[in-house]
Amino acid sequence: MKIAVASGKGGTGKTTVAVNLAIALGSAQILDCDVEEPNCNLFLGYDLEKQEDVEIMVPELDSGKCTLCGRCADLCQYNAIAKLPRSIRLFPKLCHGCGGCTLICPEKAIIEKRRSIGLIEKGTNENCSIELFQGTLDIGEPMASPVIRQLQAHIDESTVAIIDSPPGTACSVIASVAGMDYCVLVTEPTPFGLNDLVLAVEVVRQMNIPFGVVINRNGLGDGRIEDYCRTESIPVLMRIPFDRDIAVLYSKGIPFVEAMPIWKENFRELYKHISKSVSYRGGV
Amino acid sequence: MKICVTAIKPSLEAPVDPHFGRCNYFLMVDPVTMDFKYINNRHVSASGGAGVQAAQETIGEGIDVLITGSVGPNAYSLLSSENVTIKSFCSGSVREAIEAYRSGSLENIDAANSPGKHGL
Ligand code: SF4
Ligand code: SF4
Repeated sequence: MKIAVASGKGGTGKTTVAVNLAIALGSAQILDCDVEEPNCNLFLGYDLEKQEDVEIMVPELDSGKCTLCGRCADLCQYNAIAKLPRSIRLFPKLCHGCGGCTLICPEKAIIEKRRSIGLIEKGTNENCSIELFQGTLDIGEPMASPVIRQLQAHIDESTVAIIDSPPGTACSVIASVAGMDYCVLVTEPTPFGLNDLVLAVEVVRQMNIPFGVVINRNGLGDGRIEDYCRTESIPVLMRIPFDRDIAVLYSKGIPFVEAMPIWKENFRELYKHISKSVSYRGGV
Repeated sequence: MKICVTAIKPSLEAPVDPHFGRCNYFLMVDPVTMDFKYINNRHVSASGGAGVQAAQETIGEGIDVLITGSVGPNAYSLLSSENVTIKSFCSGSVREAIEAYRSGSLENIDAANSPGKHGL
């Protein structure tokens, strides 16, 4: 079972939901796909061990062979190659690694080189069977999707994999939610929360992935999220109250299911609901 | 001498477009005769690398000077490697920009002054 936890914007409590769900289940995998700011381990406190580098192929130019024909620059859809009157210039950070320029160059003046853009780390703990995989994109690197795809290669289909997606609705979110069995959208009962939720719902609907909503800091704002979910027939899977005890635990980096057993039950119920809707669709 | 001015419309009376990579038109103006030709910016809404294309195209026209409001890092590095002088002007018409250039009152843009937009 592969569950993505996503939200239209940052700071809604997406990571909290992902980590608490994993701990409540007792045995699970967490894949932290928020590669620009991975933070699941703030709550888990594991020692991380490097697994591998994430590399993409980028072109390199042998200017001695180049005849300045300009085909590579014309071909590149990402504007990563500029043809100047006396030289060809490559912009590795715009390159998407499609390999087209290497293929089209008649002089074999472009070769592909590996470039590392991030890394994958793993953390475990003897006391519980939760495995964490964390991807980190190097600062200044624009492409998160290769890191996310490589992280997903570590998914163990025999257990429950919980994916902490990056915030927003950009390519990196789509990369992290693609191929999942279910998507949990975490939101807050505020006007901004609703606005971002609506955008996120559009994305998951287009991807044809079953989904439900968790309202965090419930009681903080108004009832617009509830109204929206009712009219759109979106299940509200859980309401986490705007509660002082939960906030204190959060600020200490303690997953609240550990201190409040009732929530362990609640998260297990949430999981049951998810498995039901997944099997109902003829999935797992 | 050829001066490129970024503009909202293909006319000397049109306002200068302040964003190099994302302007509507590039006007190549001869500052003596005020004759000009223009190029449509096909990359005005490219998801990334618009500045690279803009620099490639205007450098290909053999410009000596660029007058615009802001230039991103990739475009800046291309333009400066080809010794194009970049001058700052962002409120007024193309004609006013050329006049200001001739009177020597325009400041240089000596480094990228827009964050640009990479990739996604
Ligand atoms: S590999 Fe593809 S994206 Fe990268 S520079 Fe070559 S053509 Fe452009
Ligand atoms: S296709 Fe090859 S030969 Fe032609 S400009 Fe590009 S690098 Fe040079």
